[in-house]
Amino acid sequence: MDLLEPLQSGIERRALAEVVMLGAFCGAFGCWVTTFRLSYPAESLAHGLLPGLVLAALAGLPLLLGGVAGVAVAALAVWVAGRDGRVGSDTATAVAVTGLLGLGSLLALTPAAPARLEELLFGDPLGVTDGDLAAAAALALVGGAALVALHRPLAAVALDATGARALGVRPGLVRLALLGLLAAALAVAVQGLGSLLVLAVLIGPAVAVRGLFSTPARAMVAAAAVGALAGVAGIYASSWLGTAAGASVALALCGAAALGALLRWLAGRSRAAPSPSA
Amino acid sequence: MPGALGGLVTAAVTAEGLAVSYGGGRPALEEVEFELAAGSSLCVLGPNGGGKTTLFRALTGELPALRGTVAVAGGRPAYLAQTERTRLDFPVSALDVALMGSLANGRWWLPARRSDRDAARAALDRVGLADRASDRFGELSGGQRQRVLIARALVQDARVLLLDEPLAGVDPASGERIERLFGELRDEGRALLVSTHDVESARAFDRVLCLNGAQIAFGDPATALTRDVLERTYGGEIVVLEEDGPGGAVRAVTVQHHHHDH
Repeated sequence: MDLLEPLQSGIERRALAEVVMLGAFCGAFGCWVTTFRLSYPAESLAHGLLPGLVLAALAGLPLLLGGVAGVAVAALAVWVAGRDGRVGSDTATAVAVTGLLGLGSLLALTPAAPARLEELLFGDPLGVTDGDLAAAAALALVGGAALVALHRPLAAVALDATGARALGVRPGLVRLALLGLLAAALAVAVQGLGSLLVLAVLIGPAVAVRGLFSTPARAMVAAAAVGALAGVAGIYASSWLGTAAGASVALALCGAAALGALLRWLAGRSRAAPSPSA
Repeated sequence: MPGALGGLVTAAVTAEGLAVSYGGGRPALEEVEFELAAGSSLCVLGPNGGGKTTLFRALTGELPALRGTVAVAGGRPAYLAQTERTRLDFPVSALDVALMGSLANGRWWLPARRSDRDAARAALDRVGLADRASDRFGELSGGQRQRVLIARALVQDARVLLLDEPLAGVDPASGERIERLFGELRDEGRALLVSTHDVESARAFDRVLCLNGAQIAFGDPATALTRDVLERTYGGEIVVLEEDGPGGAVRAVTVQHHHHDH
């Protein structure tokens, strides 16, 4: 087997560049998404943005535009649904998001739809355009800079929001910045991994490194490496095994998360072994 | 400094006719009226939901005053949460937490300066945790975590410290150590507001404030804690152990159920 084989095709070179950039940024960013318990909102927005993607495809507009508009509409729908206090926000979110997913599928399955629904749902890293690559690079650079600048306020709010507030940090604004970054990350990453699988790159690496590092910064660097490596592993696997690229990348990311959970379990066992009472 | 008039003692915290609500509805706390001098300590007593934390949130500016005014001298007060309510699984060291105090200097978008790091180390040394600087915050004992939060307040150089049940779930030896620190902080001219369930511990403070949705009493604990005041503060949850004549000070304990499992 030739290790460089996937690099010889331009398509796969682009796919590798896309998953490395997305894996690195979303991996690091995912540490904050999980710390702030935003996994469920992230999944909701990712699924809820499908109608935006489909409409952009139908109108011949860039999918990125559809992703951005889709995230905005999904966020609005989730917010409006959550205002009915009698239902409970989790249930309201589930209903709103399933509705949006259904609407997106319905639109995508009309005869006029040029794009295949499965690409929008499951992603197609092998089909990324120059525009997608530029968007991923911009996300990695601008988003990365934002994470560096926001690091201390994020850590202070994560530990204890009221204490952070007393230090002059505005927890509401910090959370809003986090949600803004989440929306941007979803709109960009959905091009490569699709509406149903994009969550893997935000959550998988963060879960993989959780509890294994002593500072948030170290965990983020490790998660970035895990995200990039799992992305590359997924593309290679799909190339060698002939499997769907987006799904292969998502499985590699979730496999990394499972591996991390196994490591934590083993570490906990070996720590507990000398003194079972500890 | 506001309130520093001639030879009078500087007021660190002043509340006048203060009422506070969550989201502008019915006040969660009202009729709060007290003044606390710099360099003195205030024990805030009350049942769960009586308004202790609400008062602290008003003092940090998180909750706006519905009516009346509240003033804190000398910059932002530090807020020290019950540490078991912080995210103990979040991977930060004791030094990282102390260093968060430097966020009060602004410049939040830049990494901490070397001078901030030195200040954080000095503050950990001050609270007796220099050798625990690189330990995980969540893995320290309750008393040690409370001291780390005091170190954070020292880095912030807060003149007013708001402490939410700092001695809940803390072993007696750590408790004594923390109370010694309280004395040192007072001697430096800092004002301490400490909420607690422990009626008896109120006697060690300069002032006591009893809250139950509204202010029930404020004053010297030796005279303010009468049976009537405690019954109005705690309702049926108070057990009087000893009474110093009718209307006099009493010794009492509360029998309410604590929300935390210690």
